[in-house]
Amino acid sequence: MIARSLFDQPNRFWRNPFGEMERMRREMDLLTNAVFGQAGYRPLGSGVFPAVNLTEDANNYYARAELPGMAAEDLNVQLTGRNLAISGERKIPTEGEDVRYHRRERKAGRFSKIIALPGETDGDNIQAKMSNGVLTITLPKTQAAKPKQITVQ
Amino acid sequence: MAESKELQVKEKQEMTTPAEQTRPGLIFTPAVDIFETDHEITLLADMPGVTPDKMTIDLHDGVLTFTGDVIPWENPDEKDVLIEFEIGKYHRQFALSEAIDQDKIQAKLADGVLRLTLPKAEKARPRKITVNAG
Repeated sequence: MIARSLFDQPNRFWRNPFGEMERMRREMDLLTNAVFGQAGYRPLGSGVFPAVNLTEDANNYYARAELPGMAAEDLNVQLTGRNLAISGERKIPTEGEDVRYHRRERKAGRFSKIIALPGETDGDNIQAKMSNGVLTITLPKTQAAKPKQITVQ
Repeated sequence: MAESKELQVKEKQEMTTPAEQTRPGLIFTPAVDIFETDHEITLLADMPGVTPDKMTIDLHDGVLTFTGDVIPWENPDEKDVLIEFEIGKYHRQFALSEAIDQDKIQAKLADGVLRLTLPKAEKARPRKITVNAG
């Protein structure tokens, strides 16, 4: 069954071989949660905070991370060669002396992460923006990294 | 906090909804902090990517429900290179044990964090009871 569904859609599988696995894993997790009520700890992706989504179009790479409650000045973004480093500290201010907590699920702390970009980028024109708790870093590709349209004669 | 800890990556908790959604899409459970003082209950929820106009908060029969929609932020012509998290709605529900003064509820959404202030109704506030010597 699985093998068939993979080979029936060769494009989908080869373009993103882990996508299929991820989806199966998520479905398994949901099933496990439904039966046992608790999910086991399993690091996602690189297992380093924050989780980053890297996408590309013809001109740019885009790195995005969810960093709710973080201000731009608490973040440090650096590019060295092809390595994009994101570090910072998430602070959660204390809420006064006389508060009694019911739940405390939000976490504070330091983090540091490096992502290797698949191509060269123009280091002088990188833009980073925080909006509604989502960090978006736009990295323009250099001419060499951009796809070249080839005319078929 | 004297020493800050290293933040660990935490997978977004996908919700197993009792009610099936009519529109397809993922639903996540936001991380929350809830604390109370004598006068109010405050709820903080991490909902990155939610804009104030996409936030719905409802208090009905002592059940607080809040939902935040996230508009996918990727351009249609972007291709995935590395995906470590997924985008979806946020939804959570709490049963409140105390009476809330509905008119004075305040909600603020800043940098992807919802701050909901629920003032306790007059009768739910603690009263000091003086014991008189008989």
